[in-house]
Amino acid sequence: MAERFELKCRECGKLWGNEPRSFCDECLSPLEVVYDYEAARNLFTRERIAAGPRNLWRYSALLPLEENFSSALDVGFTPLVEARRLAGRLSAGPLYVKNDAVCFPTLSFKDRVVAIALAAARRFGFQIVSCSSTGNLANAVAAQAARSGFDAWIFIPADLEAAKIVNTQVYGARLVRIAGNYDQVNRLCSQIAENHRWGFVNVNLRPYYAEGSKTVGYEIAEQLGWRLPDNIVVPMAGGSLITKIRKAFRELVELGLVEAKTVKFFGAQATGCSPISLAVKNGQEQIDPQKPATIARSLAIGNPADGYYAIRSIRESGGWAEDVSDAEIVAGIQTLAETEGIFAETAGGVTTSVAQKLIAQGRIARDETTVLCITGNGLKTVEALNGAYPLDAAIEPRLSVFEEYLNGRVAAATGD
Amino acid sequence: MAFTVEIPTALRRFTDGAHSIECASASLPELLTELAARYPAIGKHLRDDAGQVRRFVNIYVNEEDIRFLGGNDYRFREGDRVMVVPSIAGGSASLQADLRPARRAGDK
Repeated sequence: MAERFELKCRECGKLWGNEPRSFCDECLSPLEVVYDYEAARNLFTRERIAAGPRNLWRYSALLPLEENFSSALDVGFTPLVEARRLAGRLSAGPLYVKNDAVCFPTLSFKDRVVAIALAAARRFGFQIVSCSSTGNLANAVAAQAARSGFDAWIFIPADLEAAKIVNTQVYGARLVRIAGNYDQVNRLCSQIAENHRWGFVNVNLRPYYAEGSKTVGYEIAEQLGWRLPDNIVVPMAGGSLITKIRKAFRELVELGLVEAKTVKFFGAQATGCSPISLAVKNGQEQIDPQKPATIARSLAIGNPADGYYAIRSIRESGGWAEDVSDAEIVAGIQTLAETEGIFAETAGGVTTSVAQKLIAQGRIARDETTVLCITGNGLKTVEALNGAYPLDAAIEPRLSVFEEYLNGRVAAATGD
Repeated sequence: MAFTVEIPTALRRFTDGAHSIECASASLPELLTELAARYPAIGKHLRDDAGQVRRFVNIYVNEEDIRFLGGNDYRFREGDRVMVVPSIAGGSASLQADLRPARRAGDK
């Protein structure tokens, strides 16, 4: 390859060089970025990574970036939290939470993929960047486009959470609300991408964009002291993240940064939109698309583009997939917040409750190390908790009133 | 009975540049056969070895995924608008297959 990376068809293997393109003209299958791993061997080392910046650019040697690329965007390298109290609550072995609820700049893991996609957009000369989004991606594209000097056009299903809409508009992005679900928005965007020279981060820039998800995997391994966990639980919408974390782990093994190990990949979905978990549980190779009906709107993709590969990743790793109800999603949000002080969005409730289910089923063993991927921030989906915490009447600012109030609360709590 | 099939840019080189084609098949399997008969090169791009629509090709009828309408059992109606849309996945299931050619390239 002329560069240290290029696009390759996942199915027929045709090489495409580097261009804004997401599928192979020969067989209409998806494209994937492949690297010259021999050339990367001397560049992608523990020492060089440790000497890099404390953000995702420390992994640039295995990201699709041009030589001498530099970015002012401070994205990634989020905390890996040892979650002892959560482990106690779930009767689990060692648990870690990869906390992308505090990924910068827009508080979701989508900041990672957008950082890489905008590097590609710059390289290919786009002035307008765009995306179809269930919200988090919209926020990330809007914010990073503003800082990087792109114009942004964002397409969303009309019923998104209010916070995700304001968090897109405030950056000056053009917001187009579509009367339809995400799958319909996505199909429209693939048609728009044919008619306009726009850089759609998750359409014609998708192979580059998706590589950004690998940095979740690199960080987990580095933060565990350059070792891999036994299990990882990953929320699934389009199904890309789980496949890319697996790719990251395999690259780390291949290049000798970690010891080889079979990591079991567990996929998490909401029961109201569970095409991937259902296929895994039914032993199917193919996805049956669904019409989403779940409070986990960031996971509400009924026709997941990477579903086929997600199924394979889970199955080949010896993992499994599960899904949880809306009530369980809310309980999962509360459990994570109450035990670890991390307020995750609905997708995080899905991950936490699915982990609980898998531990109870014995699919995640109690003596193994498990990482939960939290991908977004609860402040963006506060609607999910509507009615969960009724407010008491306000009390007068007087000590005697408070003492009376306290006695009443104690009595209520003890049932006297 | 006639309906329209919209052809994506990537496949127009197989349809003499036509953006849309008038078709008269009753069902999806028949439509794939009709298209292959009229534009032989398009057949292998839309169908896999088993004759089914390729995994990464989505077929929509009047904005709805044909799988929600019965898939192969759906009977086309007069005036239907059929869209062929390549899926836009970008995933990675087996890295080993990707590593090998890259390493060979590096060995040269």
